[in-house]
Amino acid sequence: MKTDIILAGVGGQGILSVATILGVAALKEGLNIKQAEVHGMSQRGGDVQSTLRISSGPIHSDLVPSGKADLIVSLEPMEALRYLPALSREGWIVTSSAPFINISNYPEIQEIEKELEKAKNVIAFDMEEMAKEVASPRSSNMVLLGAASHFIDISSKIIEDAIINVFSSKGETIVDSNLKAFRAGREKAEHFISKQQH
Amino acid sequence: MGDEAFALGAINAGMSGAYGYPGTPSTEIMEFIQANTLAKERGIHSHWSSNEKTAYEEALGMSYAGKRSIVTMKHVGLNASADAFVNSGMTGANGGMLVAVADDPSMHSSQNEQDSRFYGEFAFIPVLEPSNQQEAYDMAEYGFRLSEKFEIPVIIRFVTRLSHSRATIEVDTEAITENSIHFPKDGKRWVLMPGNSRKRYKELIDVYDRLEHDSEKSPYNVYTPGPDHSLGIIISGIAANYLNELFPDGCPYPTIKISQYPLPKAMLRKLADECQEILVIEEGQPYIEKALRGVLEPQTKIYGKLDGSLIRTGELNPDRVLECLIKIRPELDTIKAQAIREACDITVARPPSLCKGCGHRDVYQALNEVLEGYEDARVFGDIGCYTLGYLAPFKALHTVLDMGASITMAKGASEAGVHPAVAVIGDSTFTHSGLSGLLDAVNENSNILVIISDNLTTGMTGGQDSQGTGKIEEICLGLGVDPDSLHTVDSLPKNHDDMKRLFKQAIDHRGLQVVVSRRECIQTARRHGAHRGPKTAG
Repeated sequence: MKTDIILAGVGGQGILSVATILGVAALKEGLNIKQAEVHGMSQRGGDVQSTLRISSGPIHSDLVPSGKADLIVSLEPMEALRYLPALSREGWIVTSSAPFINISNYPEIQEIEKELEKAKNVIAFDMEEMAKEVASPRSSNMVLLGAASHFIDISSKIIEDAIINVFSSKGETIVDSNLKAFRAGREKAEHFISKQQH
Repeated sequence: MGDEAFALGAINAGMSGAYGYPGTPSTEIMEFIQANTLAKERGIHSHWSSNEKTAYEEALGMSYAGKRSIVTMKHVGLNASADAFVNSGMTGANGGMLVAVADDPSMHSSQNEQDSRFYGEFAFIPVLEPSNQQEAYDMAEYGFRLSEKFEIPVIIRFVTRLSHSRATIEVDTEAITENSIHFPKDGKRWVLMPGNSRKRYKELIDVYDRLEHDSEKSPYNVYTPGPDHSLGIIISGIAANYLNELFPDGCPYPTIKISQYPLPKAMLRKLADECQEILVIEEGQPYIEKALRGVLEPQTKIYGKLDGSLIRTGELNPDRVLECLIKIRPELDTIKAQAIREACDITVARPPSLCKGCGHRDVYQALNEVLEGYEDARVFGDIGCYTLGYLAPFKALHTVLDMGASITMAKGASEAGVHPAVAVIGDSTFTHSGLSGLLDAVNENSNILVIISDNLTTGMTGGQDSQGTGKIEEICLGLGVDPDSLHTVDSLPKNHDDMKRLFKQAIDHRGLQVVVSRRECIQTARRHGAHRGPKTAG
């Protein structure tokens, strides 16, 4: 198997935790990974991107060539659009639809929705809202991971184990709330996928 | 991460001390060592230093005593330690010493794209350039052995993409024993007085020649044959991965991957002899490409950054390498993937900004309001989170040069007649390179306002210990700042009017004034809060 993922969001949203958990899960499965992160200045509220490559074979580059990414996974709709040229023909976009507006020239949200609708394979819903409903607002990244997990060839059990592993030091309550968020995201995405198939 | 792989490699290779100053993308090397169990058991030194120069000299001192040491820094940190660095080629090393320098092509978090390989040649110091995380690990031990064999420090050149990218690697299960103390055989070399230096310089040139021979047979400089001899490719460090990505079944052209310098000239000449043209692909500045001009026959066609075949600025990636290949071999267009979508034109840039609840915000807010009343006010900035004060909404800074330049540039401008001239510097940058500048300002009672925006940490790099924490006022007084000209304020919204009053008074007072505005970094405060539990009042 081989899955090339672009993870996107705004600094502080928790996109790197998604990458960390998938990395742990991939190692558990005996897969190879390469994951490029952005540290430093951009982490202060700027756009943040991470590339995660998971493969059963060797991986050469830390970065994915244009048009070859299987997935864009984003916590923010405009940030998802930023990486469109990376996506392959059959690739999927999984993104939260809730805009994070910390700049004055943020485009109209309707414009963003229109652009997203043009893409063939999209799962977009308000992940912040869902996280608030089922767990806590800070676990929207786990809702995202749940929704994206359909497109990554690692069983959800292994990913859940990785969530427990990564958050265990923060206590049972945080682990539980992250697991709830993950499951809710995974379930919600099923509706989108079955709609796409009909 | 490449940084962490190297750190573990160094621990397992019997390192006794790590020294450094935080700087993206090098910071995680030290942080890994600080958290490592074996490093703790062995008591391996891993305390941050005040700046890269002190760190460099401390590491060299450990090497003098016969033990293995590393020093870590970002590329511009090598400028700060350049005096020690260049002269350490002259003294040489005793215990193995590695200089881990992380270059930042694309300037993700830096002022420039300088390439440390030039420094290596300048100081007659060899350079290892890992191309992946496994090599970053392996090169620690290899580098220590190289350093001890040739009795010279060795640069390990990182680039951002390797420093901050994770991969699975194989590691040793047992760590090598640390060296015991043993002093250099040739003691004279370590006293760089002219008589000793003249003798050593001749010897050093000879050492560099021997290092070149070593590069010719290095396991990290690898020739790979290819059927199509119309082109030969010389590719260095991490760029090699991008070529492999484009040709998963093997590159059609003969290639040499370079990861050890000085350049193996004979090896490169051989490639040029068997190929019609040469392409150089390297991350950073065109170092190899320039060097080739004196190595290959003058009529050899060399493609690279200098002739515009390869993009000159910014970091490489598979797309940029492919674009270059297509430029010189259009038939390779077939391996390009068809993107389904063009870039979307409604997306806009999202620059970084100061966190909500950051004390630097309060400083700029108050300062901007005060300076509105002065037509020619100029604010001299420095390196750190507060550099973001240049951007909207504050737009407060007029210059940012290097670590510590806020105070000294403000001083120079004030001497040109600028008033008010204000310097804004963070606590960690102040102890890194601000002290000597403040002493200059004290000695001349310069007409400047120095604001030391103290957040009790090295914030931009993720919250490392700052060497002046708890001592800032004492340091200022010790340098001779008049106690009446030294003021302290908590940079909190409730103190907004106090801060304004303080800044205004300080500006209108002719002569040196220092305001220490203090508030713990919101990021480290959160972390501390999580460790300590909820804070009580006080």
